[in-house]
Amino acid sequence: MLKLEVRPQPSRWWSYASPLLALALTLVIGVVLFVALDKDPVRGLQMFFWEPIKTPYAWGELMVKATPLLLIGLGLAVCFRSNVWNIGAEGQFVMGAIFAGGVALTAGPSTGSWMVVAVLLAGLLGGMFWAAITALLRDRFNANEILVSLMLVYVAVQVLNYLVYGPWKDPQGFNFPQTKTFESAAQMPRLFDGMRANIGVVIALAAAALGWLYLFRTHSGYAQQVGGLAPMAARYAGFSSRRALWIALLVSGGAAGVAGALEVAGPIGQLTPHVPAGYGFAAIIVAFVGRLHPVGIVFSALLMSMFYIGGELAQSRLGLPKAITGVFQGLLLFALLACDTLIAYRIKWRR
Amino acid sequence: MTARLELTQVTKRYPGVVANDNVSLRVEPGSIHAVLGENGAGKSTLMKIIYGSVKPDDGAMLFNGAPVHIKNPQEARALGISMVFQHFSLFDTLSVAENVWLGLDKSLSLREVSESISLKAREYGLEVDPERPVHSLSVGEMQRVEIIRALLTSPQLLILDEPTSVLTPQAVDKLFVVLRKLAAEGCSILYISHKLHEIRALCDACTVLRGGKVTGVCDPREESNASLSRMMIGSEPPVLAAREHRPGGLVLQVQQLDLPREHPFGTDLHELSLQVHAGEVVGIAGVSGNGQSELLLALSGESRTAPVGSIELLGTDVSRAGPGQRRKLGLHFVPEERLGRGAVPTLSLAQNLLLSRNDAIGPLGWLRLGQLRTQAAGIIERYKVKANGPDAAAKSLSGGNLQKFIVGREIEAQPRLLIVSQPTWGVDVGAAAQIRGEILALRDAGCAVLVVSEELDELFEICDRLHVIAKGRLSPSVLRAEASVSTIGEWMSGLWEQATPEQTTPPHSETTAHAQA
Repeated sequence: MLKLEVRPQPSRWWSYASPLLALALTLVIGVVLFVALDKDPVRGLQMFFWEPIKTPYAWGELMVKATPLLLIGLGLAVCFRSNVWNIGAEGQFVMGAIFAGGVALTAGPSTGSWMVVAVLLAGLLGGMFWAAITALLRDRFNANEILVSLMLVYVAVQVLNYLVYGPWKDPQGFNFPQTKTFESAAQMPRLFDGMRANIGVVIALAAAALGWLYLFRTHSGYAQQVGGLAPMAARYAGFSSRRALWIALLVSGGAAGVAGALEVAGPIGQLTPHVPAGYGFAAIIVAFVGRLHPVGIVFSALLMSMFYIGGELAQSRLGLPKAITGVFQGLLLFALLACDTLIAYRIKWRR
Repeated sequence: MTARLELTQVTKRYPGVVANDNVSLRVEPGSIHAVLGENGAGKSTLMKIIYGSVKPDDGAMLFNGAPVHIKNPQEARALGISMVFQHFSLFDTLSVAENVWLGLDKSLSLREVSESISLKAREYGLEVDPERPVHSLSVGEMQRVEIIRALLTSPQLLILDEPTSVLTPQAVDKLFVVLRKLAAEGCSILYISHKLHEIRALCDACTVLRGGKVTGVCDPREESNASLSRMMIGSEPPVLAAREHRPGGLVLQVQQLDLPREHPFGTDLHELSLQVHAGEVVGIAGVSGNGQSELLLALSGESRTAPVGSIELLGTDVSRAGPGQRRKLGLHFVPEERLGRGAVPTLSLAQNLLLSRNDAIGPLGWLRLGQLRTQAAGIIERYKVKANGPDAAAKSLSGGNLQKFIVGREIEAQPRLLIVSQPTWGVDVGAAAQIRGEILALRDAGCAVLVVSEELDELFEICDRLHVIAKGRLSPSVLRAEASVSTIGEWMSGLWEQATPEQTTPPHSETTAHAQA
């Protein structure tokens, strides 16, 4: 009989090995899944793990999807480490996109390149504003931030729909629910010709470095984490829990808002009802698979991005439903949570 | 005669530690048998094995001569083994009878349960009203409920885990009467404790544990405190030298502090007044749950609801100041809970310095990690903390060593006022002596010290003046030299007005009394 036994010390080795084992398990279950669906498992896995990195262009696409995941995941890591459960990053992403879109629409053919900065700032403020509603309700009325932030996602989506079906609809758009395409001055500069990856990649990587410095090298980051690890100790030390709440929500909201701005002023180029693509929710998985650690999140964002692209390829080339992306995301998180047991426990064989 | 309970060569291993190493124990019928040992000696594990909540890896157990393998507490109770835990398992919102009913045969009605409670209560002099809700009971009364609940199963073996830690000295005497009566009727009692004088007063046999091994079996009535202590810790407890009481300037002044409770089962504080001067140790005795935690929260700044003007630190009103501001004025605090309040369990010792120390914080809140580690290493060395260096996680330390680290952290901040709650609770004897020594050295260096403790022995050892807290009120202070255990014990039940007429009655009443005589 297998038995779990508590380790005297959590295993450092397994804390690194567990994500790899989880990935391996995801692969195995994926193979079984493809076989059960009568698809060639090798081709199936190729769609997910080889096609997305085969060519420089594919890498560019990988970056495009990884950028919002990385940015939002970083904000959520700060938030979750502070024991604040912001589940509504998707809503903050949408609100960031709306604010950024509103500013981008004011640009004319002769607007200067400062517009890019204005668009990004608007996205930042939009995301922070949306998260601040949650913070305020929690702070003043002790409302549950999980529920409030989650419900605000649907409010944000309705605001977006109202705007693109109503006042912001492109008059020359054949009545499609979308704004006009932003002027090029309001679009994010691309990194290389012929690729869709833009300066968002640089911004996200810089954010990862900043996030690491903030969490592990500043007193404020330390105070945030103490609030999450041991609230009584934070109270003893005199770290304000209100301050921690506001910082956590403003940082994660702001990060999601910038991601929203980069998305609408980047790959999409206009506001449409399809702006909410689920990045805000997928980033929760990204944050946890990356162990709420900025470096880990860089890798997990890339991995999750592979799943997105793989899912699309599996849909177009193998005729599999798009839901396969969600299945792989879920499998990975599930396998990781299971494997994490091995950090604190060891398996023993007993008669 | 067959023994009531006989354990042979019982061993229980946990990863990294052997909790019980070939422990043998023999309890005669009608005997009050002490199991003596320090915290962490393996007493609790052994009791859990007997009570069926932990399975031993090795060894045999005989009950009334027959081999038994007890799988769970239900089986233990069916055999006639009952246990009263140190931490009560009562529901605050239910009545006494309802609580007792939960653990009993379902065929009885609530009224029958109430009747049998009253019957048992009268039989053993354990007065308690079955109708009262548990949250309205004092801790001593709650313990009575637990004992009655155990007695209702008519046990042949009753296990009591540190039963006196929550009782006033008078209540302890009452408990002993009950236990002697039970033993005289043939019930065997296993009495777990680390208090030597209690064991010598009550028990007729004693098994001593140290580091999971039996280090002695004796008749405690024929032993001295010193000889028992040698068996328990391998040495005699160090004696602290007596000192003069020479208080300096006023450091902490609490005036008429009224504070309503924060949660339904807390305690309201009523008109609490208190002064602590430089160079003296003031102690607050009392059974826990009488307002100590509320008072400490108000003093440390963790709770900021004290009325304006009620708490002054070195002449500054700090009633509404947070812990950080008070720390800047020189108030440092060692809380009762080490893991989770005094230290973050998963963070390293070096990082735990940052809870109350700001020395390694540079401009813009930048952390100087190197300085932090050096600082932690210094405390580890100077306070003889057994730890795996400054990077060891707080939770990897034993209670005593973590307490030494926290005390060191606060003392090295050179406080003007140090407040310590339960300085040596759950700490082994050697570390306890060291911590008390550090507190006294700090006092001699001119720091004001306030100690809140449940251990009277400890307070008498280190304090210059004593207060007692009971039901949210604070007694007048008494010099240690003029205090006795019995007065303090009486005060612990809240009866100090009568106890100190010279402090409450105006001077002329004495002459009136003379005139009448």
